[in-house]
Amino acid sequence: MSKIVRTAANLLFPFILIFGFYVIVHGHLTPGGGFQGGAVMATGLAMIIAAHNYERIQSAFKKDLLKTLEGTALVLFLTTAVSGFVVGKPFLTNWIVQAGGLFGGEPTVAGNLNTGGIIPLLNVFVGLEVLGALTLIVLTMLSGAKENS
Amino acid sequence: MKQVWTLSAVLLFAAVLTYLIASGDLTFGQPALADMDNYFIENAREETGANNIVTSVVFDYRGFDTLGEATVLFAAVLGVGSLFRKLTPEEEEAE
Amino acid sequence: MDFINALPYVAIVILTLFGLTMMLTQKNLVKIIMGVVLFEAAVNLFLVTLGYRNGGIAPIYTNAPADAVMVLPTVQALTLTSIVIGLATTAVLLSFAMVLYKRYGTVDVDAIKELRG
Repeated sequence: MSKIVRTAANLLFPFILIFGFYVIVHGHLTPGGGFQGGAVMATGLAMIIAAHNYERIQSAFKKDLLKTLEGTALVLFLTTAVSGFVVGKPFLTNWIVQAGGLFGGEPTVAGNLNTGGIIPLLNVFVGLEVLGALTLIVLTMLSGAKENS
Repeated sequence: MKQVWTLSAVLLFAAVLTYLIASGDLTFGQPALADMDNYFIENAREETGANNIVTSVVFDYRGFDTLGEATVLFAAVLGVGSLFRKLTPEEEEAE
Repeated sequence: MDFINALPYVAIVILTLFGLTMMLTQKNLVKIIMGVVLFEAAVNLFLVTLGYRNGGIAPIYTNAPADAVMVLPTVQALTLTSIVIGLATTAVLLSFAMVLYKRYGTVDVDAIKELRG
């Protein structure tokens, strides 16, 4: 694409990533959450893929890194779900809610980030997985289309 | 012949859906069965500690569906990745 | 029910019939996939319409007024899952269309007949 489009994409890219991360982390206070924030971050990466030419994309994005990120995020989600077995509760139990410590505060009307139990942790892991999955789909379809022509 | 079948299928769908709207069973603004949702609105704040009730329903009360959804997304990436792989030379000969 | 309360359901019926007609009558594979996407969008809209209360606000307690009526939160959770599954289905369908184009050189369903018995 032309130089104006490339410069605008390079300028907007960090702001989109920060906004997506904000939507993921504040999932238990404002509308949003894991899936929505992950889709916003993947949109930022797709904008970079659309603006630059193919050789630069091939050298910048490593598919192995995205595959590792996606697989690790899903394994960490399962680990957090199984972690209730330590205190003798069933699968996917919110066992650190309102018990002090990490994410165990009191919910207020103004919004306290330190609440929610295991919900913010699950939000972050699902957001990373959605980011890896959507970017990997776009990259695979692009490389499949480029090798035809 | 094929046009007759498609036209009759579309008209059948349209007739059934219009009958459902005109019969008066679907109300807009007063949901009929809301007992479970009233329980969620009252008690989700003390039990899960999150201000957002939709997130607490998605990740705490119905967390198993979210696990299934993450697996479906993973399977979609597997499907797309396996359709675009590089064929070995024997498979290229067989094309 | 009266006319103004039936308008969301009329919109859902129109979207459903458009999606169904596109799936049944088109010959181009990409247009058939567009019909599937339209059908799934109509189903998601129907799920969200079922959970509305008159004069309700979003079911979030942050900065909410003290005596507010909230809409139902369960159907919104179901719609979230449905949207993600629709995305996964569309991605795999479009990949099929690309591989078929590479193999046959066309996306016309009448010309792609090699699997027919």
